[in-house]
Amino acid sequence: MIIKSSDRGFVHPVPGEITPKAVYEQRREWLRIMAGGAAGAIMASWAARCALAQAPAGAAPGKLAPLPGTRSGVSGAMTIEKVTDYKDVTSYNNFYEFGTGKSDPARYAPAMKTTPWTVEVEGAVKKPARYHLEDLLKLGAMEERIYRLRCVEGWSMVIPWVGYSLSELIQRVEPLGNARFVEFVTAADPASMPALATRVLPWPYTEALRLDEAMNPLTMLAFGMYGEVLPNQNGAPVRVVIPWKYGYKSAKSLVKIRFTERQPPTSWNRVAAPEYGFFGNVNPNVDHPRWSQASERRIGEDGLFARKRKTLMFNGYEAQVGQLYVGMDLEKYY
Amino acid sequence: MGATRLLVHPVAKPALFVVCLLPLAFVLSGVLLDRVGPNPSEYLIRSSGIWALRFLCLALAVTPLRVLAGLPAIARFRRMFGLFAFVYVVLHALSYAWFDMGFIAGDILTDIGRRPFILVGVTAFMLLIPLAATSFNRAIRALGASRWQALHRAVYGVAGLAILHFFWMRAGKNDHAEVMVYAAIVAALLGWRGLRSIGRNRSFPAPNRHS
Repeated sequence: MIIKSSDRGFVHPVPGEITPKAVYEQRREWLRIMAGGAAGAIMASWAARCALAQAPAGAAPGKLAPLPGTRSGVSGAMTIEKVTDYKDVTSYNNFYEFGTGKSDPARYAPAMKTTPWTVEVEGAVKKPARYHLEDLLKLGAMEERIYRLRCVEGWSMVIPWVGYSLSELIQRVEPLGNARFVEFVTAADPASMPALATRVLPWPYTEALRLDEAMNPLTMLAFGMYGEVLPNQNGAPVRVVIPWKYGYKSAKSLVKIRFTERQPPTSWNRVAAPEYGFFGNVNPNVDHPRWSQASERRIGEDGLFARKRKTLMFNGYEAQVGQLYVGMDLEKYY
Repeated sequence: MGATRLLVHPVAKPALFVVCLLPLAFVLSGVLLDRVGPNPSEYLIRSSGIWALRFLCLALAVTPLRVLAGLPAIARFRRMFGLFAFVYVVLHALSYAWFDMGFIAGDILTDIGRRPFILVGVTAFMLLIPLAATSFNRAIRALGASRWQALHRAVYGVAGLAILHFFWMRAGKNDHAEVMVYAAIVAALLGWRGLRSIGRNRSFPAPNRHS
């Protein structure tokens, strides 16, 4: 039985926000009529796409090697919101090493070589190690987790990731008493990443978390999505996913995880600190000078003429992570 | 002389009118046929904005081209480029108000106050309105040529604001390459006018800068 709660994405403060079933069902009816050509040829093709897009969400697209995971039991990890189309997730995203356009990652990332791959774990840990990807894959039990992803640019997706909590790796390497931050260093391969020649960002791209944030069970080391290994443009072969933070915090294609005593510099924060805070927590009340953070457009779901949906505090994960920031001024530590 | 004959051909203006509508047709068909990626609202806002800037550059390029290429006939297209710049600016503003703000006046006003680059864009839009409104022949006669010209020099300010708007928008991503191309074009077009007026205001001929 599915118990509907805010853990599963059912946040309806007012019952009036819930679409009546009859109205919801009319939508498909309308799409069917329009797809039949009642609104002219061009509208029909558009409606046909929507009418067809009713296939079960999150099904493996059959493009890459399968990487199944069992349903996660972590609190908040299994929203039952509609999963974003695989096509949209893999063709519209930011991965600046491949270019600043949203379609650049899909175009250029296939050239990135992901085998062999190693991740170095170093710094303030008792057991520093150089992990081969194969060993990392075996380190924890693969779980599927369906997370909301909110980009700082004002759009969002729902993605089924495959991986395990980063805390499993952290416990394995035993951080020393002075370790307070975890830094993520990502791949910088000039042969396959054309934008490394530009100075849009300091390369390699780095990100970081406070150790307690990294230990939160929602912080995930992901190896796959949609039941398959990660496509290159989404951060293959291994990345972090931190669902309550803006997307730029979730570093892709990791090559190094470093434990430090002092807060490490992070890439976006270095180029534009007033816009990209170290924390990067999703917060509808703290605006970015370029994008309003009060609302968001769910990719592939909120139509052109639909009103944007309200952005939730900590991207809807307040119950799971709110205690990490008790007593902090979130206007100052954004 | 072949170029002039082509420029004054009776079909030239209607043909150019159709050409100026092509970007709009391209953008709209892309959205309707679902060929613009999964975020059509962002695409509409951005493409209408960049086309507005391109037409602004074209309008500003008419006079330098007329003088430098010795093609007086080209001046007859200036108004059309200017008005198309306005049309694309209106579409840009409408897309923003509709797709980004859901046509909620309160949200738009708050947004203008909160995001400086939106304020700059709105200011440029407001400055363009009187220019578009006085673009027809009777308005030129009513204002008198010199007053009309003085008013329409506001377009230089609009061009500067448009570049600032674009720069500020991209600054958030530290991505200035495309902005710099347009900034260089606008700087060249306005710089040429500046040098020319300095030359004209002197009692002696301007020194030849190439010697």
